[in-house]
Amino acid sequence: MAADSHEEAVLGKAYDARLMRRLLGYVRPYRASAALALLYIIAASGLSVLPPYLTKLAIDRSIRAGDMKGLTEISALYVLTLAATFAFSYGQTWVMNLMGQRIMFDLRMQIFTHLQRLDVAFFDKNPVGRLMTRVTTDVDALNELFTAGVISVFGDIFTLAAIVITLFLMNYRLALAIFSVVPLLFLITLLFKIKVRDSFRRVRTAIARINAFLQENITGTAVVQIFNQERKQFEKFTRINREHLNANLQSIFYYSIFYPLLELVGALAVALIVWYGGLQVFAGTLTLGALVAFIQYSDRFFRPISDLSEKYTILQAAMASSERVFRLLDTPPAITSPEAPKAREVRHGEVEFRDVSFSYNAGDEVLHKISFRAAPGERIALVGATGAGKSTIIGLLSRFYDTDSGEILVDGINIRDFDLQGLRRSIGVVLQDVFLFSGSVADNLRLGNEEITFDRLSRAAETVHASQFIGRLERGYDSQLGERGSSLSVGQKQLLAFARALAFDPKILILDEATSSIDTETELMIRDALEKLLAGRTSIIVAHRLSTIQNADRIVVLHRGRIREMGSHQELLKLRGIYWKLYQLQYKDQLVGTPIDH
Amino acid sequence: MTTRKKSLLYLLPYLDRYRRKMVLGFAMVLLTVFAGMCAPWVLKYVVDDLQAAFTREKLPFYAFLILGIAAVEGFFRFWMRKILIGASRDIEYDLRNDILAHLQRMSLSFFQSNNTGDIMSRATNDLNAVRSVLGPGIMYSVTTAITVVIATVILLRINWQLTLLAYIPLGLASFTVKKVGQQIHDKFEQIQAQFSAISTKAQENLAGIRIVKAFAREDSEVREFRALNDQYVRHSMSLIRLWGIFYPLMTALIGLSSVVLLWWGGLQVIHARLSLGEFVAFIGYLAMLTWPTIAIGWVINIFQRGSASMERILRILETRPEICDAPDARAPEPAGGTLEIRKLSFSYPGSPRPVLRNIDLTVPAGRVLAIVGHTGSGKSTLLNLLPRLYDPPPGTIFIDGLDVRDWPLAELRRTLGYVPQETFLFSDTIRENIAFGCNRPIGLQEIEWAAGVSNVAQDIDTFPHKYETFVGERGITLSGGQKQRVAISRAVAVSPRILILDDALSNVDTYTEERILQELTEVTRGRTAILVSHRISTVKNADQIVVLQEGTIVEKGNHQELMKLQGVYAELHRKQLLEEELATA
Repeated sequence: MAADSHEEAVLGKAYDARLMRRLLGYVRPYRASAALALLYIIAASGLSVLPPYLTKLAIDRSIRAGDMKGLTEISALYVLTLAATFAFSYGQTWVMNLMGQRIMFDLRMQIFTHLQRLDVAFFDKNPVGRLMTRVTTDVDALNELFTAGVISVFGDIFTLAAIVITLFLMNYRLALAIFSVVPLLFLITLLFKIKVRDSFRRVRTAIARINAFLQENITGTAVVQIFNQERKQFEKFTRINREHLNANLQSIFYYSIFYPLLELVGALAVALIVWYGGLQVFAGTLTLGALVAFIQYSDRFFRPISDLSEKYTILQAAMASSERVFRLLDTPPAITSPEAPKAREVRHGEVEFRDVSFSYNAGDEVLHKISFRAAPGERIALVGATGAGKSTIIGLLSRFYDTDSGEILVDGINIRDFDLQGLRRSIGVVLQDVFLFSGSVADNLRLGNEEITFDRLSRAAETVHASQFIGRLERGYDSQLGERGSSLSVGQKQLLAFARALAFDPKILILDEATSSIDTETELMIRDALEKLLAGRTSIIVAHRLSTIQNADRIVVLHRGRIREMGSHQELLKLRGIYWKLYQLQYKDQLVGTPIDH
Repeated sequence: MTTRKKSLLYLLPYLDRYRRKMVLGFAMVLLTVFAGMCAPWVLKYVVDDLQAAFTREKLPFYAFLILGIAAVEGFFRFWMRKILIGASRDIEYDLRNDILAHLQRMSLSFFQSNNTGDIMSRATNDLNAVRSVLGPGIMYSVTTAITVVIATVILLRINWQLTLLAYIPLGLASFTVKKVGQQIHDKFEQIQAQFSAISTKAQENLAGIRIVKAFAREDSEVREFRALNDQYVRHSMSLIRLWGIFYPLMTALIGLSSVVLLWWGGLQVIHARLSLGEFVAFIGYLAMLTWPTIAIGWVINIFQRGSASMERILRILETRPEICDAPDARAPEPAGGTLEIRKLSFSYPGSPRPVLRNIDLTVPAGRVLAIVGHTGSGKSTLLNLLPRLYDPPPGTIFIDGLDVRDWPLAELRRTLGYVPQETFLFSDTIRENIAFGCNRPIGLQEIEWAAGVSNVAQDIDTFPHKYETFVGERGITLSGGQKQRVAISRAVAVSPRILILDDALSNVDTYTEERILQELTEVTRGRTAILVSHRISTVKNADQIVVLQEGTIVEKGNHQELMKLQGVYAELHRKQLLEEELATA
């Protein structure tokens, strides 16, 4: 979390040609829109230069000359200008935002689709929260860039250029006099930027510390309370809070100086116009109307300049975001479907592990030379203490990870030569911690597979005894499940997972049995459902129930990543080895109270 | 709406605390606006003088006047911002302190029913929104009000008909802000909702990625995501249709009042009812009104968001702490630390299922009690009741003969040294962590002693910075066992009368455990100790062992007695021997 928030806080340079080029690549499909927006923006900013000039004309040609008809004409022209400006800026906002939205759509889809292709190991390393930031916050920062940034920068620049040209055409000497204050403006802005950046950094650091402190003290409330440290912790917080306050007061001080200074520079320009322009009016080289227009222009001139410095911040944020987004998009998936798969689906369901070794982190072997075989329709039970490597075997068979050495064969074909989606579609998985998506019961059984008809899924639910409780739900199969199925009991979730697996009708079934205790009635239902689910399929089960183990064709006993014993229940008990100890520890109790009838 | 408005009233006492600053700040606003109002008036004289071809000697005077006015205005504006925005930061500081102080008094059940992220966002984002009301919100609304009033008075005096005419488009603009603003607000919420649907989808997909992959559902997930995304774009565009019209419309309406001025005002000038200078000044004043017209909508928005946020903050501040000192709480005479539990049944607030049933226990001062039982048997719950992290029913738990509910909270907790099941260390130095509970300055020697008791001293000596080593994200990552041992040192360092260890040795190997227990026996000599554990090795030497099952005591006695019973305890013992064998297999 700390490393993460650190990464988020970094604000690098505002412009990176490489990133920018790549970002502009996203605009390419919408070139026409971009061009249109640009056209609109140029037209709108061109028109925005007109009103002061019309004021000049009105004063010089009509008002001072007493020409009422002319005044009306100019006023009408003014109204037309307003209408046209309105139309163009509306068009520009519309086209630009539409484009921005489309680009965000594309980006979001690209990130999401890419995430779907990445392998499970990637998700082990990257917490969901961080990935979420890519899809949401970072994409938003880029939206800012496309809608408020890039193109409106052109607008600002064009407005500036248009004003400069108009002023020069009206009176180049007075224009030069006004432009003489521009360096002053830049100097002030530059100094301000440097100063305020410092206090911004202070504010950001302080707020990060405030957040960390709050987070820690909320999580650790019990400890603080038990040790009576409310006072001390409060004083600590006050110190951090005070630093935040001081940093803010510092930045307020700079802002309080900056804005009045900007206005002072504006006043300087007006003073110049009054003095120097006034003299020209006396000399007859400048009309009174032009003087008034000049004053209005000077106001319009300074606005885009301060706007431009605001765009800088947007650009900076967008660059940092795009850097992170591109880094994600450039992460190649470690596990992909082969170019020319030897098989598209599992036909028989024969599974074989041959000398399979695997480690999540190099040098730390979790499985060592695992070999076993399951003929089609056979049932294999994996047993062992926690951390023996049972779940890893399951993950390898679905090709969530690739083996370090050795190979896994399905129907005699190395699973790396299988079509990845085809392989996984042929393997049904029921995990201990049943994951339900928000959506209806039917959605959760179907998981978006349109081939599964309602008939098929309701039959599946019926077979595994899930239909009873589904029927009791208020809206049956259309009942919405809360976040992660919070409205259902553990046993009900198990049954749903069984129904889901059955509806997909896989050749091979992988099962990580639930350990949590449920009431006897549900337990019996689950056991029966399990038998129906397993019938006619090859199955590999991380077994916790004695009944499952006893009914297995073969029991594989894992200990610290190695197969230590293999055989039937009776054979293994006779060995008086690891299985016997495990049996004494974990399974024997199940005999009590729940009669085995198989 | 009414409750929303009221939530901001809660800020009045805070504002009152800074009333001198506020009054001074408002005075500065007034002065700033007054100074600003002078500028167009100077232009009137400039234009009228130029029109009349008066003396050119006056021009430098006017130029400096304009600069002077701007300087004076700037001076006032500087103080206005510094005082008003500064005050808002002061209040933010106070509020943030108050929020923490309040959170510190809340009981554990509060934190269980409110997740950390939510509380955090109230203390940060919502506080921010409230700060915006106090700072820019107040400053701009006052500025706007004063500007509008003064400008209107001046304009009416120049020419009242013209003023009324020019105000029609401005009024329309303000009206639009209010009308369209509401619609925009609604659409915006719609978009936020859709956005959170997208987030939820992504969140869920990423959290369940293993299932998605296992069922090869990547394509259909992408399809669903696309549908949500599509909907989001559609919602956004309907906002933009409104939004896109909003600003251009405002500009157009404001422009329209300029046209009115140009045409009608121009006619007045031609008819000599208005001087050209006054006409120009009119343009100037109208320009000054542009910003306030737009700002109204913006300010309203700040206030709306601020009051909603304040309401969320109030939901924290107005939640009363459930567990606090009884009105007649009194500290008992110092005694040895006797614990007595009488007919204790307990269920968590809001849950009908009792977690503890009819517990009867007496631990004489200086003795060791051990509690064993499966996960969920109620061990930790029982321990949580002793320092009143949750409140036991009255008359059930007595320490040194006094009901824990009648103890002053601070005094009660000072009596207990607690090592919780889930080790929580602060990101600070090891030294600070061990000294955490000590209210007096504590020397390195004592800290080393405490570290020695939990056998963590050797480990610490191998760290480059020894006791100054930082724990957690910014420093070293301690192993689970090391963390637990630091937590034990922390509890020992306060030299409590009753020491409580809630499964505090679970991550320590049996050999180290043995040694820690030995050290602890030394330390706890003359003190009462309560140990909770899964492991028989931890508890077998206790004076009294209690076996909990589903909230009731099923066996009670010392190790030998319980072994003879051949019940739950004996079975647990047998299994643990097997487990040890298996571990070495």
